[in-house]
Amino acid sequence: MLELCGVSKRYGDVVALQPTTRQLSPGRTYVLLGTSGCGKSTLLKISLGLIKPDTGTVQFEGQTLSPDNVLQIRQKIGYVIQSGGLFPHLTARQNVTLMAEFLNWSTVDIRQRVEQLTSLTRLPTSVLGRYPSQLSGGQQQRVALIRALMLDPDWLLLDEPLGALDPIIRNDLQNELKEIFQSLGKSVVLVTHDLQEASFLGDEIMLLSDGKILQTGSMQQLIDQPVDPFVTRFIQAQRGPQTQHGRGAESGPQGSRAT
Amino acid sequence: MTRLIGITVVLLIIGFVPLSVRTKQIRIGSKKFTESVVLGEMIRLLCEDVGVEATHYRELGGTKLVYQALLQGDIDLYPEYTGTIAEEIFSGQEFSNMTELRAALNKQGVEISATIGFNNTYALAMLKPRAAELGISKISDLSRFPDLAFGFSNEFLDRKDGWKNLPKYYDLPQRTVTGLDHDVAYRQLRDGKIDLIDAYSTDAKIEDYDLTILEDDRGYFPRYDAVILYRSDLPARTPELVASVLRLEDLIRADQMTVMNKRVEIDQISEGRAATEFLRDQIDVDREVIDSTRSQRIAARSIEHLDLVRRSLIPAILIAIPLGIVAAKRPRTGQIILGVTGIVQTIPSLALLVMLMPLIAWLGLRSVGLGSTTAVAALLLYSLLPIVRNTHSGLNGIAPQYHESALAIGLPSMVRLLRIELPLASPSILAGIKTAAVLNIGFATLGALIGAGGYGQPIITGIRLNKMYLILEGAIPAALLALLVQLGFDLFEKWFVPRGLRIKATP
Repeated sequence: MLELCGVSKRYGDVVALQPTTRQLSPGRTYVLLGTSGCGKSTLLKISLGLIKPDTGTVQFEGQTLSPDNVLQIRQKIGYVIQSGGLFPHLTARQNVTLMAEFLNWSTVDIRQRVEQLTSLTRLPTSVLGRYPSQLSGGQQQRVALIRALMLDPDWLLLDEPLGALDPIIRNDLQNELKEIFQSLGKSVVLVTHDLQEASFLGDEIMLLSDGKILQTGSMQQLIDQPVDPFVTRFIQAQRGPQTQHGRGAESGPQGSRAT
Repeated sequence: MTRLIGITVVLLIIGFVPLSVRTKQIRIGSKKFTESVVLGEMIRLLCEDVGVEATHYRELGGTKLVYQALLQGDIDLYPEYTGTIAEEIFSGQEFSNMTELRAALNKQGVEISATIGFNNTYALAMLKPRAAELGISKISDLSRFPDLAFGFSNEFLDRKDGWKNLPKYYDLPQRTVTGLDHDVAYRQLRDGKIDLIDAYSTDAKIEDYDLTILEDDRGYFPRYDAVILYRSDLPARTPELVASVLRLEDLIRADQMTVMNKRVEIDQISEGRAATEFLRDQIDVDREVIDSTRSQRIAARSIEHLDLVRRSLIPAILIAIPLGIVAAKRPRTGQIILGVTGIVQTIPSLALLVMLMPLIAWLGLRSVGLGSTTAVAALLLYSLLPIVRNTHSGLNGIAPQYHESALAIGLPSMVRLLRIELPLASPSILAGIKTAAVLNIGFATLGALIGAGGYGQPIITGIRLNKMYLILEGAIPAALLALLVQLGFDLFEKWFVPRGLRIKATP
């Protein structure tokens, strides 16, 4: 259980996040959806203790996040950012095994875990010896995902993980992510600005605007019962006028590939 | 990680293992002009004559510096002038006789010899034939020739004991007085454009230009009698040495000193040879003087120079990187650290050396002379800024996404620093060290200002003797060394900077 209790954040006069209280249950995939600057990344980073909220607390499995336990808690949460955030001076393998080595895993355990995850993410093992700058964008994100999954965390937080990829690779990876989320049964919080991605991957979508969660629910609920005109505007803007009637809200990349 | 530890160990060994510097029993100092160096050599030869090994730290610097070295025991004795003692050491105090001067010095633990014979003071000089033609031999004779043209150095024109009070004192009628550069004055005198110049009474050019010194018959100029200052504890340590050196008392006439100065400056023989020529002729002390060859000199200077560089640069690296880390981690402390290291950089080198000397002496370390800690400390301070600044900017320049990733994985701060932040900042840190090393090699030449040795030594001697080849003998190796070090760093960079930061992205 990941609980946000009245967390808020402002930078000077700019409110990044209004006081927010939410409970995120294990085993589900949550999507934080919204335009840039709406506070979705801030919310994610507060959950991980990367940003200290001005008010409120974060509870992770009953523990209140504090400087004393933040390092332990982070080891139970995998985190992937848009550009991958792979350390450029380490090879893909070193990036992936850094934390396990620090925790004194045996070489055998490390090797087995890496093999497991490379096959799960369909990353050719031959690229593990390369440096991030020698990898393609899709490979980088796969390595970042392996790094996040290395310690087998219960939670996975992803901040626009596919945002920097071209459409075809993006499409492939969306499918893979969905498979991985389903097969591993992880609790996932994913940040995106992309409506299709949100509806394809998310069990529950939280639509944010101006630092506030406007509405929570499935895509269908957002379309059928918008609580705020902004919700409709946001959805319409993303679907575009020509596709307004052509595609169902549930259609994801697989659907669009079929048409 | 193991590589980092390895490098640190190597640095510690290179930086702190003392080079066995042969320190001989007795240390002689001299100031930065030919006469002082010749007298220093003479003292050295007289030490050797009674079987005492002595080192001559030549061209240590100006009066204050050399006297301080004497007080601190960095040197045991050096040649000095009575007028200088009163004027510069006792800041203008008047001493009516030698006994008073001796008493004042004794209080500081310093002993003074009787005069070694000549008085090197300001003097007025004319071409010998011209003086003979007019029948001038004393300054008072000048009052009979109101039309003579005088050319004086600007310093002489301004000094209270120079031209300012001279006309009044001697009732001189001459009013055609030109302020000239010393070298120009000599040339104009030779060409007959002026009749009289100021000079030092033992100036080598007096012999070279065939000048005559006018007798100061009414005793206007203060006396600068050459003497030897030595530490009061020296007679107890080596009585035979003091006895031997004091053979110089009343031994050298001004014209003889002038000849020795001329032998060095005009005939270009070594100071040691000039000194031994004189001693052989006068008191039958014939010590063999071996002049070192150029390659021997360059080799010796190179070792001294590298010694200064390694002893300053390596501690600087070990201090500056942690300082840079602190500066990056704590911005407010960082402002102070960057500010202070920046200010140090602006202190003129000579001022820094003089400021550091008492501190180094107080710490019980050698403050002047070959490889002195003062020079090392000054170089260390100068080397801090580039390294601190580049460490600071290297760490601050790390893209936020890497900080975020390192935090999000759950790495503790020390591991983040060692495994992520320092490797990412390493190209910048290394560039800072490279800058510091190249600057250090240049700055180290200034160590010669306090006799620290190195490539600065031939440069200073070259400037003193106006010998370009000597200046180049220091300047060229210094420049080559800087280039070599730069090249070395470029190669080291290839090996040290993480490969992932060097390779270009493949399409």
